[in-house]
Amino acid sequence: MRTRKTRKDRLVTVALHIGLLAGLLFAAFPIYWMLGSSFKTNAEIFALPPTILPEVFTLEAYVAILTDPVKLQFFFNSYLVAFVVTALTVLIALLAAYGFSRFEFRGKAVLNTLIISTQTIPPITLLIPFFGLVVSYGLFDTYMALILTYLVFTLPYAVLLMTGYLNTLPRDLDEAVAVDGGSSWTALWRVLVPISLPGIVATSVYTFLLCWNEFLFALTLTKSTDMRTVPIGIQLLMGQHAFEWNQMMAMSVLGSLPLLVIYLLAQRYFLAGMTAGSVK
Amino acid sequence: MTPFFIPARLRLSARRKRTFAPYLYLTPSLLVVAMLMLLPMAMVVTYSFQRSAVLQPDNSFAGLMHYREIFADPVFWSSLWHTLYFTLASVVMHMVIGLLFALMLNSPRINPALRSVLRVLYILPWLFTQVIIAVIWRLLLEPNGIVNSILTSLGIIGSRIEWFSNPETALHAVTFANIWAGYPIFMVSILAGLQGIPKDLYEAADIDGATGPQKLFFITIPQLMPIIVSISLLDFIWTMQVFPLIWLTTGGGPIYATEVLSTYTYKLAFAQYNLSQASASAVVILLIAIGLTLFYIRHQKAR
Repeated sequence: MRTRKTRKDRLVTVALHIGLLAGLLFAAFPIYWMLGSSFKTNAEIFALPPTILPEVFTLEAYVAILTDPVKLQFFFNSYLVAFVVTALTVLIALLAAYGFSRFEFRGKAVLNTLIISTQTIPPITLLIPFFGLVVSYGLFDTYMALILTYLVFTLPYAVLLMTGYLNTLPRDLDEAVAVDGGSSWTALWRVLVPISLPGIVATSVYTFLLCWNEFLFALTLTKSTDMRTVPIGIQLLMGQHAFEWNQMMAMSVLGSLPLLVIYLLAQRYFLAGMTAGSVK
Repeated sequence: MTPFFIPARLRLSARRKRTFAPYLYLTPSLLVVAMLMLLPMAMVVTYSFQRSAVLQPDNSFAGLMHYREIFADPVFWSSLWHTLYFTLASVVMHMVIGLLFALMLNSPRINPALRSVLRVLYILPWLFTQVIIAVIWRLLLEPNGIVNSILTSLGIIGSRIEWFSNPETALHAVTFANIWAGYPIFMVSILAGLQGIPKDLYEAADIDGATGPQKLFFITIPQLMPIIVSISLLDFIWTMQVFPLIWLTTGGGPIYATEVLSTYTYKLAFAQYNLSQASASAVVILLIAIGLTLFYIRHQKAR
């Protein structure tokens, strides 16, 4: 009886580990293949039989991208837009979150629901009027077009995230300032902001990634190669050099770098950003 | 608690400040929402009733003309079914894979170090944007690519399949890529949810002699239900709107085989420059999203 149980037990453990390995292949192989291909020559990428490790390890694809001023401009644009939008979003969201977290006022529930529900507005619905607005205000093909339109998608989540974070901080802290005669404004900046840094980091990470990944508006509201962001750059590369697979993979690796770096450095904040609002 | 020596005038003003302050703090956010969301939403509805919009605008009222044109278009209906297939298959598989991976990772039978390494690796697909997911899967599913080469050498398929350009396989291929990309949100949320299930439920079940599957179906899954339902609803709303992944793998083709509502609308607007008809299509998408959102909010409030 006892041996049967342990044997069954061992079988279950073996099956579990086979399952985990299969899961690992499913999750990671496509990424491994992208990374590997970025170091191969174009001929080797489709070699038969396929090579698991690059036989000829080459950095030519990375050199080709990092020495091309057009592609560097894509990266510059992406970073610029993402940083500006992140700064604006965090600032605006912090103010709103403070209002929601520390005050009782008429219309609070309605406004809160309004902001939560904007999370689910399909981008394609706003795309056509944004295009109309951007064209009529002469903002087509400018940074301003992207910065303004991205705000509407980054802000709702940022408000939710920051409100959730401020709610976890004890009210006594900022109320002490009010008792000493300070305004709520002073309480926010002197007391709450310094201790909210983890929440601010989570919000920034989330916002930055959203901007970095955005495709539809960048595709529609910009036109010249100097204004294009990395996702559009990848699309252009696909159209122009349909056979330069190693460059496409190298560009994808470079385009994923900020996400991977943030994930490895700030996993906690990253997951907080990605799951907030949906889990709770 | 207000000290008696503060003049009444100042006390009143402090209270007034307290009344107005929250609105002041909310003003920038509300401006953004009003100018960049409510106004554009009103605009898109207006456009959809105009004869022609944005480019060569003709403001005259067109009634339901654009809606009738869309509903008479067979491509619209096939886009709707493709969207439904893509979304339902994605959400169900995200849930199944996410649950499976979370349960495997949560098992006490695996070494804690291995668990933490795998947890990081299993989340990887989530870190990639749709554009890059499209590029990765185009490489993998190239006719001469690794997937075909593995499948033919194992004898599973006889000849190479052009996954994205064959109308028979294209929709399944983009759906598969999306399934790969999206399960981690379920996995992460379920892993968090598993921590919250009271241990004594399992202890009580052990005393009653429950088997592993019984514990899974009568304790674990019912306890996780609220998380599973809310993530599924959000995932449904998001997946319904997927654009870059399809745009960059198949572009809606071949012969509309992977056309979904988002690509259909985009093409109407920016390939055919029929912005008023595209607005009607966008309004249809908006109405579906609003319906789902109301359902989601009601569900969140019920919890």
